[in-house]
Amino acid sequence: MSVLEVKNFKKSFGKIDVLKGIDFTLEKGEALSIIGSSGSGKTTLLRCLNFLEAPEEGQMFVDGNCIFDAIKDKKISSNEIRKRQLNFGLVFQNFNLFPQYTVFENVCLAPKLLAKDRDDYKHNKKAIIEEIEENAKKLIERVGMTSRINMYPCQLSGGQQQRVAIARALAMDPKILCFDEPTSALDPELTGEVLKVIRSLKDGDTTMVIVTHEMNFAKEVSDKIIFMDEGVIAEQGTPMMLENPQTERLKAFLTAFNQ
Amino acid sequence: MGSASFLSVTLNLLHGFYTTFLIFAITLVVAIPLGLIITFGSASKIKPISVVVRCFVWIIRGTPLLLQILVLVYGPGLVFGHAFYENSVGVMIAFIINYACYFSEIYRGGIESISRGQYEAGHVLGMTKSQVFFKVVLLQVVKHIIPPMGNEIITLVKDTSLVRIVGALMFMGSQYKEILGKSFEYVSVNALIWPLFYSGAFYLIFCGLLTLLFGYLEKKLDYYKS
Ligand SMILES: Nc1ncnc2c1ncn2[C@@H]1O[C@H](COP(=O)(O)OP(=O)(O)OP(=O)(O)O)[C@@H](O)[C@H]1O
Ligand SMILES: [Mg+2]
Repeated sequence: MSVLEVKNFKKSFGKIDVLKGIDFTLEKGEALSIIGSSGSGKTTLLRCLNFLEAPEEGQMFVDGNCIFDAIKDKKISSNEIRKRQLNFGLVFQNFNLFPQYTVFENVCLAPKLLAKDRDDYKHNKKAIIEEIEENAKKLIERVGMTSRINMYPCQLSGGQQQRVAIARALAMDPKILCFDEPTSALDPELTGEVLKVIRSLKDGDTTMVIVTHEMNFAKEVSDKIIFMDEGVIAEQGTPMMLENPQTERLKAFLTAFNQ
Repeated sequence: MGSASFLSVTLNLLHGFYTTFLIFAITLVVAIPLGLIITFGSASKIKPISVVVRCFVWIIRGTPLLLQILVLVYGPGLVFGHAFYENSVGVMIAFIINYACYFSEIYRGGIESISRGQYEAGHVLGMTKSQVFFKVVLLQVVKHIIPPMGNEIITLVKDTSLVRIVGALMFMGSQYKEILGKSFEYVSVNALIWPLFYSGAFYLIFCGLLTLLFGYLEKKLDYYKS
């Protein structure tokens, strides 16, 4: 069974139709890259997956359970949406770390808040907090930020901030981790360290959806690639499709890209 | 009167300072949280609430504090024939409401200055709306509003001097009342209520135009969000 199945997502802003019917599936442990020209709707699609936008049409299934249905979910409580949202993690283009917290606090904050909902929180408070903090330390180590664990975001480079943002997203243990152009706000010499972390996640079997302009990286890391154009999936397939594009639109996009 | 010794003048001044400090402290303690409630009210999704609150803030910000003090101190007496509270209570209420409205505008500016990404990061991490507000946004807002709050609080210190003027006016009023006897009511309606009303309207129009101007500037620069 696919870990994620998106059916017929449609989304418009005012009169502009941004997504015009998006369908795709994703298997556990797979990395899916989404490429496409500016304005084709990549960010909007990720935001729909993460419940930051609500599509007007379509459904979404995680592990076969319907977690979004544009028609049926009109009157859903914000608490319920919050629960469903936790299936996904999102790493933003511009990091959005919390500036008043240290690296460690950034990673711990959300898990600690969520733990308060647990029935056994009062009894096991100490153990739960300890577990969260241990896990945070492990994740910070995984993204290579242990030496800066007590620094504030303003004291870090862009690449370091993005690595912390990845650790922060992982701390919620999402089923599917989404990235929106994780390196496009970075200087070229800093992209490598972030891509390295994403690569290591892939080796660790994290299921990922990556919007990216890094063609070589997409080719190397992904199991599947989706090419979006004007709100539709114009072509999808294995990374091989970048060598051997079938549609004119992808051909044109790749030629423009390589110039 | 007797001769004003250095000591008696100093004691008088100290007493004056005590009153000033009391007004200052009570205004701050009540207006700071009240301002937050007003901010939430004006941002309310329930249309009638937000419209009423915004109108109220507009009127308070559009008229001088002195006028508001006079209205609250004299208003009930002039309209109903007797006051419901001590003059000092009227003065306090005027200060608190006035400053709560100004604070609420500062809070609004502070809240709007936080980038959307901060809220979205919180939501994506599964935080509730109130968690995002209290754990993520609030401290950033506080940092942002400290300078304008500082300005406003210094203005508050200076505004406490209005209390003296009100005191003097009241003293004069009581003298008139003695001299004029019954016709005082006639005089007060014509010499106090209408002038208060007219000057209030004048200030509102004047400040209304300024508000429109600044609203326009704000809108013009609102096409981008950081
Ligand atoms: N909140 C919004 N209100 C109105 N229009 C929007 C909004 N968000 C996105 N759009 C429009 O939707 C279209 C797709 O935007 P989107 O950000 O999804 O593109 P993208 O593929 O991520 O582009 P890029 O590669 O530049 O990031 C654009 O035309 C954009 O103007
Ligand atoms: Mg985008």
